[in-house]
Amino acid sequence: MRDVAIIGIGDTKFGELWGMSLRDLGITAGLAAINDANLSGDEIDALYVGNMSAGKYVDQEHIGALIADYSGMSKNYIPATRIEAAGASGGLAFRQGYMSVASGATDIVVVGGAEKMTDVGDVISTEIQAMAADQQWETFFGATFPALHAMIARRHMHDYNTTRDQIAQVAVKNHKHGSLNPKAQFQKEIKLETVLKAAPVADPLKMFDCAPVSDGAAAVVLCDMDKAKKYTDTPIKVLASGQASDTLALAHRKNICEFKATSVAACRAFKQAKLTPNDIQLAEVHDNFTISEILAIEDLGFFPKGEGGKATENGETELGSKLAINTSGGLKARGDPMGATGIAQIVELVTQLRGEAGKRQVTNAKVGLAQNVGGTGATSVVHILERVN
Amino acid sequence: MTVARFWRENSSRYNLVGVKCGNCGKVFFPPRTICPECRRLSIGKMEPYKLRGEGEVFTFSIVHDAPSQLELQKPYIMAIIEMTEGVRITAQIIDCDPAEVHIGMKVRATMRKIREEGASGIIHYGYKFIPVTK
Repeated sequence: MRDVAIIGIGDTKFGELWGMSLRDLGITAGLAAINDANLSGDEIDALYVGNMSAGKYVDQEHIGALIADYSGMSKNYIPATRIEAAGASGGLAFRQGYMSVASGATDIVVVGGAEKMTDVGDVISTEIQAMAADQQWETFFGATFPALHAMIARRHMHDYNTTRDQIAQVAVKNHKHGSLNPKAQFQKEIKLETVLKAAPVADPLKMFDCAPVSDGAAAVVLCDMDKAKKYTDTPIKVLASGQASDTLALAHRKNICEFKATSVAACRAFKQAKLTPNDIQLAEVHDNFTISEILAIEDLGFFPKGEGGKATENGETELGSKLAINTSGGLKARGDPMGATGIAQIVELVTQLRGEAGKRQVTNAKVGLAQNVGGTGATSVVHILERVN
Repeated sequence: MTVARFWRENSSRYNLVGVKCGNCGKVFFPPRTICPECRRLSIGKMEPYKLRGEGEVFTFSIVHDAPSQLELQKPYIMAIIEMTEGVRITAQIIDCDPAEVHIGMKVRATMRKIREEGASGIIHYGYKFIPVTK
């Protein structure tokens, strides 16, 4: 396998972007990434697009060809492939692009992620998200996506004495980080009481425990490491890529307080990178709900199982600590346009590793990790990136 | 959606019929074609197996933001039930004050209306759980 570098990044603001369609979003992020990589466009060998559910959100399938066409690539007839794994669609698209370049099949690949969620109403949008769970045996019976995560939270509180305040602190911390990110959907700090007193969604989770419904897109350009210097002075190396799957339904797992797909994917990634969790300075993790971040930082090996809540409460995951979690604001504050999320995580890591993160810059950032989850942990993908110069 | 899509699940949804692996004896719900423990050794040996319908609450949530078809039921209790056969089922708990439900609470299955597709669409029935009163 060849070494692979990220030579370009681009993204849109995340939020309720009424003026932009799915294709507008995809093209805006994609062109920004191509421009950032100093490409003319003719160098591009393939396109991968992460997208969860354009068919449901905007009645449009066939997203690979659509984005290639409107990016001006139709005359080059490049292979364009759409990747779907619910909330992990972006991370998985990135992995496909990485493997394509690493294998030698391609030299330069664009990987994008896009989702347009606000063209349907809030209730419908939440129902579409729940299709990541088991439609026949979970959602049919009334389990909403927040309810499934609420049941994880309830059990985590029961098994490990994790407190409601500790879980809420994830939202407070991520809104604080989001306030430093001009691309974030929410750029306003919130207080602990705001989370605790918010309207109930699925008890014990409330409104501020849930990532918002968002429109947005993000894109990166991947290149064979040997050729990367031709395009950029700051190539960011993809050190490792790990992926794993688990039972689709949450109920079918012995321990619902661990996303085994995450711990296994992380294990595979750390092995490939020849690193341990201690080597990571910053991580973008899949906090689609506050409890998800607690699980993530435990399953990734940053904290022992059951101590994620305490670590969060003690500020051990905040910007400025030894390990900064979700400097972008995470899905909670940066926003969560399903298919775009996994790529936006990579964009944040590259921004940090290049030293271009402004007010939210992690000092001397060298190694970063991204964890992207589909459903209630049925798919998880972990990437580790490194600054090489 | 067509009626067939739901009708083909009726034995499981109405009568809690799962499967038992003829090789290792493990019970699964909903039915699976293959046992994840025994894999090829279980092919052709997964036999229908009716659950007794008794279990206890493994975890739960009170749903306040409901899907459109369940709007009139909110707030409702959603739970993962651990059945006496060892399998876990995601289902609603009814005839129970949301303040009373707790982990470990004994429940049993009953048949109820689950949802309906608008004023003239299909009415779906299936299992919900009720507390076992001593």
